[in-house]
Amino acid sequence: MFKLLNVFLTFPDDLTIDIAGPIDTFIDWLGDTFRVFLDGFVVFFTFLLDAVQNFLFFVPWWVYIVLLFIAVYKLYRLSTAFVLSTLLLLIMLLGFWDGTVYTLTIILVSVLISFVIGLPTGILMAKAPTAEKILKPILDMMQTLPSFVYLIPALMLFNTFGRVPAVVATFIYAVPPLIRLTYLGIKNVDESIVEAGESFGSTSMQMLYKIQLPQALSTIAAGVNQTTMMAVAMVVITSLIGARGVGRDVLRAVQQLNVGDGFAAGFAIVFLAIILDRLLQGIAQKLDMTAQGDEL
Amino acid sequence: MAKAINIKDLSVVFGKNKQRQAAIDMLDSGKTAQEIREATGATVAVKNVDFDVEEGELFVIVGLSGSGKSSFIRTLNLLNRPATGSIEVDGKDLMDMTKDELRQYRRNDVSMVFQHFGLLSHRTVIGNVEYPLEVQGVDKKERRERSMEAIKMVGLDGWENHMPNQLSGGMRQRVGLARALTNDPEILLMDEPYSALDPLIRREMQNELLKLDDEMDRTIIFITHDMNEAFRMGDRIALMKDAEVVQLGTPEEFFEKPANQYVKDFIADVDKTRILKVRNIMNKPSFVAKKGMAVKETLEKLKALDMKFVYVTDEKRKFLGYVTIEQLKKSQAKTIDKLINSDDTSIYRNLYIKDAWEKLNEAEFDLPVVDGKGRLRGILDYETVVEVLAH
Repeated sequence: MFKLLNVFLTFPDDLTIDIAGPIDTFIDWLGDTFRVFLDGFVVFFTFLLDAVQNFLFFVPWWVYIVLLFIAVYKLYRLSTAFVLSTLLLLIMLLGFWDGTVYTLTIILVSVLISFVIGLPTGILMAKAPTAEKILKPILDMMQTLPSFVYLIPALMLFNTFGRVPAVVATFIYAVPPLIRLTYLGIKNVDESIVEAGESFGSTSMQMLYKIQLPQALSTIAAGVNQTTMMAVAMVVITSLIGARGVGRDVLRAVQQLNVGDGFAAGFAIVFLAIILDRLLQGIAQKLDMTAQGDEL
Repeated sequence: MAKAINIKDLSVVFGKNKQRQAAIDMLDSGKTAQEIREATGATVAVKNVDFDVEEGELFVIVGLSGSGKSSFIRTLNLLNRPATGSIEVDGKDLMDMTKDELRQYRRNDVSMVFQHFGLLSHRTVIGNVEYPLEVQGVDKKERRERSMEAIKMVGLDGWENHMPNQLSGGMRQRVGLARALTNDPEILLMDEPYSALDPLIRREMQNELLKLDDEMDRTIIFITHDMNEAFRMGDRIALMKDAEVVQLGTPEEFFEKPANQYVKDFIADVDKTRILKVRNIMNKPSFVAKKGMAVKETLEKLKALDMKFVYVTDEKRKFLGYVTIEQLKKSQAKTIDKLINSDDTSIYRNLYIKDAWEKLNEAEFDLPVVDGKGRLRGILDYETVVEVLAH
């Protein structure tokens, strides 16, 4: 009698189902079945990461400050250029430049992959209703799953610590906005423009390259910006699976309860985020050709 | 060469699959579009439309918003796919075209000017104008040359490197027109092209189009909701209401015998003398002599037709003058070439009756009517004008 009543008060334990097991098995199966492929992946990514990282280290520190100053001055104005360059200098003064280069490498590579994969996916979504139906819930899931969750399968799949699973996890976490904004950018192209294109006998490809992509360019650039910001957020977390960078400094500070070190490293990441955000937003605005000039 | 369009029993229906099919089944039941919409939930935008557009004609479709005129014009390049019926352009049914044929048709034979211009905002004026040639794969040099021609034709030279949003509404629509003309289409579709423009600019654009139309050999379908515009522009006019054509005819036919009260109301505040043009009420001459014609033959023809004189044109129909029956009777010459009297009474066919009236009052004969290239298009006599105005 008492037992029966208890069923209504607390959820009965023996009714829970186990999906953790099957997921483990699935990831293991993926790892085993595509081992060669995945190993090739690791080699390729390591190569790519090394190339970017070596290049970033090869360029002397002051060149970054000068280039940033010029770029921001062209995109905005003198005062903004001054502020952003100072922020970059501050990162260096705080002693995080090397860490920032490691972090930036992971960010750049994952944004690059996001672009290479996200752009065609977004286009596909805009052009094929079936793809739209399938991909929309997947994108929702990718964005709402806690970011930590990606770390483990990335680790398991690639059978290695450090940068490669970090890039993959960052890519999964960061790619949705780019796909979504590419899709939106193309979908929101003024109906009358698309129709005009159609009425002159454009092929589907001509429509895409000559009308839809140019019209969607600024929205896509905003997508790249958002993806980059997501990557910055994620790259800190990837320090948990051994990726080098400023994130690792934050992690160490947390583990050792060093408040000062934690904030110092935190500021470096904030500065990096601000610099990247301003830079990309400026570019996005420059690309918005439709907004140029005033109405007569 | 302009092309004729034959439209047979054309209907356009919008709606979800099942409702749409139900509505299509009801098209021939004698019910109105509104009744079908209430019964099925699907919208019948165009219902059993049936008419021919002649080659080289400026055909106007007029109606209030929601009358189906825009849905109709968009079937002519298959931006809308009709539910039933056929559209034959020079004898070929658009509905039978493969994807490839349709693309070729859109690239070469037909162009559209849109109400909201539909300009590519990421391209300059010339970038817009050359777009139709670009998709055809015309090389850059030729593209630029032909685009500049079109830009000059609409009076926008000097603006070719501006962005569309740096231009005023009227100028933007000129870009739209230039773009529609670059591929030298035989059919020009104009979907309320001037509705978004202010009245002064609109009048100017109308006159320019009429002038262009005179210089080109092109079939134009023009959509408007403005009766004044319709009458000013159209060789013939179709008035649409609730997805159907209520009346089709020349402007003076509308004035003479409006089909019903709706048409009467529609044309009530139209000032005929300012709207009707010479071209609308001119008569076709029963006989026109060609330069080089034998005197004897001409004389016989005149006697047979009981005419006192005849207008003479060259092989290209360019107006030269007239020859009277007395001259022919007295002449010893072989051909009529030496007998031609030059005539400066000819009037431009796009003149409003109001402006032609004075000349007509002074004239001894009927007035020869010519187009922009000086070709004889018809004759205008005093009685016709009086009769039209009396109605």
